Amino acid sequence: MSQGSLRTPLARVRGLGSAKGGTHHFWIQRLTAIALVPLTIWFAFSIASLATADAPAITAWMQSPLRATLMLSFLLAGFWHMKLGLQVVIEDYIHTEWTKVTCLILNNLISIFLTLAATLAVLKMLLGG
Amino acid sequence: MVEFNFPANSKVKGGKSHKAPAGAKNVRSFQVYRYDPDSGENPRTDTFEVDMDDCGPMVLDALIKIKNEIDPTLTFRRSCREGICGSCAMNIDGTNTLACTKDCEDVKGDVKISPLPHLEIIKDLVGDLSNFYAQYASIKPWLETQTPAPPDSERLQSEDERRLIDGLYECILCACCSTSCPSYWWNSDRYLGPAVLLQAYRWLIDSRDESQGERLDQLEDPFRLYRCHTIMNCTNTCPKSLNPAKAIAEIKKMMVQRQV
Repeated sequence: MSQGSLRTPLARVRGLGSAKGGTHHFWIQRLTAIALVPLTIWFAFSIASLATADAPAITAWMQSPLRATLMLSFLLAGFWHMKLGLQVVIEDYIHTEWTKVTCLILNNLISIFLTLAATLAVLKMLLGG
Repeated sequence: MVEFNFPANSKVKGGKSHKAPAGAKNVRSFQVYRYDPDSGENPRTDTFEVDMDDCGPMVLDALIKIKNEIDPTLTFRRSCREGICGSCAMNIDGTNTLACTKDCEDVKGDVKISPLPHLEIIKDLVGDLSNFYAQYASIKPWLETQTPAPPDSERLQSEDERRLIDGLYECILCACCSTSCPSYWWNSDRYLGPAVLLQAYRWLIDSRDESQGERLDQLEDPFRLYRCHTIMNCTNTCPKSLNPAKAIAEIKKMMVQRQV
C-alpha cells in the first residue's frame, strides 16, 4: 500500500477519527431536492410564459409577493443544492490536498456570491424596478 | 489532480497461449490476468484452453485444473470451493463474483478472469486486502455490552429481533461488493465501502448490542459513510444476493432518526 510507511493498516484506517458530521449535508441535500421538484416545474412554466416579454413586463410580473417568494425559494434551494452537490464531486475526485481545499473554498464563495446577486435582483424588481 | 493515463508498467499485454490436448472435443478458452510485481514485467493475459469434458463445471474447477496440469505458477486464493469462505472472489466475465459458484456454462464465449478491481496486486489473481480487513476491524465487529452476560444462559433475543440480521449475517466478506464500487475505488483510504458498512449495520441492529450510539458516532463522517452515492454496483454484484446498498441506506436513516 503506501510505500515507505510502516504504519499498520488499522492506524491508517482509523486515521484522524470520525469527523462527527455529514448527516447535516445529507439531510439538507435531500430537503433542497424535495423543494426543487415543484419549484423547478413552476420556474420552467414561468420562464416559458415570459419568453416573449420585455424587461418592464418581467419586472411587473415579479412584483407579485407570491411570485417573488417562489423565485427566491427556487434560487436559494437551487444554489444551496448546487453547492452541496459540487462539494461532493470535488471530495470524490480531487485528491491533491491543496487543489481540493482551493476548489472547496471557491465553491463556497462563488455559491454565496451567486445567491446574493440573484436575491438582490429579485428584491430590486419586487421593490420597484 | 486527475490522471488520465495508467503508469506504463500497468498496461496489460498479450501473454502465452496453451492449447488443449489433441482430441479434446469440448474446449473452452480461459483468458487469465497474470502479473508478478517482483518480476518487473508488465501484466499479461494468458490464454488456457481446457477440455471441459475432463473438468468440473465451475470456473474454480477450471482454474485448479490449469494450475495442476498446465501452469503451476498461476496464483489465486481458494479454500472451501462452495461459496462460504469468500477466498476465490475475482472478476469473471466483467463481474465480481466467486469462482467456485460461477458456472462456466453461464459465460458466453471466452471466460475472462481478472483480479478484483482497484486492489494492489500481490500476484496474478491475488489482490491486497489489508486495507479492507483493517476497515472491517475498525467497526468493531463484535458484541459490545455494559450489562454482564446472564450467569446461567446466553444473551437472549426474540425471534423477531433475530430476524433483523437476516440478509446481513450471511455476508462472507469476499470483497466483491466493495471492489465493484466506484466510490470505493476513488476513496478507499477513507470510505469504508459497502461490505464493511453492511457489517457495521449488522452490529447496529443486533438487539443484544448496547453500543448503537457509539457505533453511529464512529460512522458519522462525510467519507466513512457518506461517500455512498447509491450507485448499486454492490447489490448487483453480491454473489450471496445480499443488499449492501439497503444496509447503508438504513444506517443513513438511523443517523437522521437520532437528529429529528
